[in-house]
Amino acid sequence: MTGSEFVPLSLPPSLIGICVAVACALPGNFLVLRRQALIGDAISHVVLPGIVVAFLISGVVAKLPMLLGAAGAAVVAVAAIELIRRLGKIEPGAAMGVVFTTMFAGGVLLLEKSDTSSVHLDVEHALFGNLESLIWLDATGWSSVFDIDALAGLPVELPRMAITLIGVALFIAIFWRPLKISTFDEGFARTMGMRTGPLGLALVIVSAIAAVAAFDAVGSIIVIAMFICPPAAARLMTNRLETQVAWSVAFAILAAISGYMIAGYGPLWIGFHGSVSAAGMIATMSGVILGIAAVKGPHRQRAT
Amino acid sequence: MSIELATLNGQSADRAARDQSPLAIRGMTVSYGQKPAVFSVDMTVRPGAMTAIIGPNGAGKSTLLKAALGIITPLAGTSTVFGKTVARQRDWIAYVPQRASVDWDFPTRVIDVVMMGLYAQLGLLGRVRAHHRAQALDCLARVGMQDFATRQIGQLSGGQQQRVFLARALAQQADLYLLDEPFAGVDAATEKAIIDVLKSLRDAGKTVVAVHHDLSTVAEYFDDVFLINTQAVAAGPVADVFTQENLQATYGGRLAGAQMDSLSAATA
Repeated sequence: MTGSEFVPLSLPPSLIGICVAVACALPGNFLVLRRQALIGDAISHVVLPGIVVAFLISGVVAKLPMLLGAAGAAVVAVAAIELIRRLGKIEPGAAMGVVFTTMFAGGVLLLEKSDTSSVHLDVEHALFGNLESLIWLDATGWSSVFDIDALAGLPVELPRMAITLIGVALFIAIFWRPLKISTFDEGFARTMGMRTGPLGLALVIVSAIAAVAAFDAVGSIIVIAMFICPPAAARLMTNRLETQVAWSVAFAILAAISGYMIAGYGPLWIGFHGSVSAAGMIATMSGVILGIAAVKGPHRQRAT
Repeated sequence: MSIELATLNGQSADRAARDQSPLAIRGMTVSYGQKPAVFSVDMTVRPGAMTAIIGPNGAGKSTLLKAALGIITPLAGTSTVFGKTVARQRDWIAYVPQRASVDWDFPTRVIDVVMMGLYAQLGLLGRVRAHHRAQALDCLARVGMQDFATRQIGQLSGGQQQRVFLARALAQQADLYLLDEPFAGVDAATEKAIIDVLKSLRDAGKTVVAVHHDLSTVAEYFDDVFLINTQAVAAGPVADVFTQENLQATYGGRLAGAQMDSLSAATA
């Protein structure tokens, strides 16, 4: 593969895939340790109807209305969970499961029945995104990386995801100690004056921002996978949180690159034409990595 | 007139005692559901003493500590530490939660847990320097755990985990130490190590308050007792307050006769 082929066609989607994977894996480490791993799942399901409604009202696929719609959907979801839990006297986990799946299904129906044919917003798009289409036509080769005019033609998802990733990474870096201490021992953290409630909420909000930003480019499957698989695999590699986060980033990048490459070229290698969904393959690869770590990881023993 | 004056004098004396107390609790009421777990409890801890909080299971011992520290929000009541609110006195307080309240599978090492006690010094982004590490190792040495510094915390026994928690509290260099069941499920060697450290803290002028469940060691370990069964029952020096009568009032029928006998032998 030459630079003139790779840079316009494969570089932007790979980079976007990497940004998405790392932006979700970073907060995922804390969500998994806090036994809140399904929050990522929940967020990515709940935002779909919010985004569809935002599109139906505003008529455009734009960042701000999508974010507002997603946020509105999250608020509705939280309220609905509380309502079901109180009125139906159902345990919180079950109430969550019911609300998320119902809202996602509602979002799928809305998508189907509304006139979204003019834009790339459909059920398949919601699940798998459209990573392969995020190409950079202004690029002619590696030299374009330094060409300001060509850079202006980059798919908008790339800078958007890069900024999201930087924001997520900054949040984790700045609040590293409070996040670590309050995840391990919330009572102790509170006696040290940490506001553990708002901090936990901030973690969920940061995760939600990463999920919503990623949703448009890569769909919900990869988001769900990246919140859980790289951190869970990383936990099996080490007994230190600092090292675990480093492993999770490495696994996220590995899944993104290998998934993208296998989706694009794998079918050719085994004699088929065409390619398979990159987002689906990236999520699959993260699962494969978790499977290997579960069998071969050095720290699979658990305290009893 | 003279009665009013006496009352006023009594109130100001009470206020002075509260202002000097390492931990003064007033009217603390906490409820988890319909029934209060802690009801209108007053407690004034004597400075420089070791106080045991004693009562049956579900009597609100841990709840009282957590509410006093602001870990849970009470329905009513206030607590002060050396006369000021807990929020303003955080640096004076070290809290050791129940060992079972955390997930020991958390990916971290013994030394990292002790370093958490240095958060007040380090802040959000302060660099960890050699003297911080030396400080943490020193605290581990005081509980006899210096050889375990780089172990994953999940590999420790219950007693070792409890010692690590105590070392973290030592790293906080507080004046008031609050411990929730520090002797629960630990081996004899650990119990001895912990009580030695707590006594050395007391001898250095610090104040120690511990939720305690083993009635047979109260007289040996502690100076004061605070008896609670949702409401405060009695409080004061062990010799005056840790009596069969008060225990019967605290535990009701739940204190078995045999236990009472062994206690009267211990207190006699």
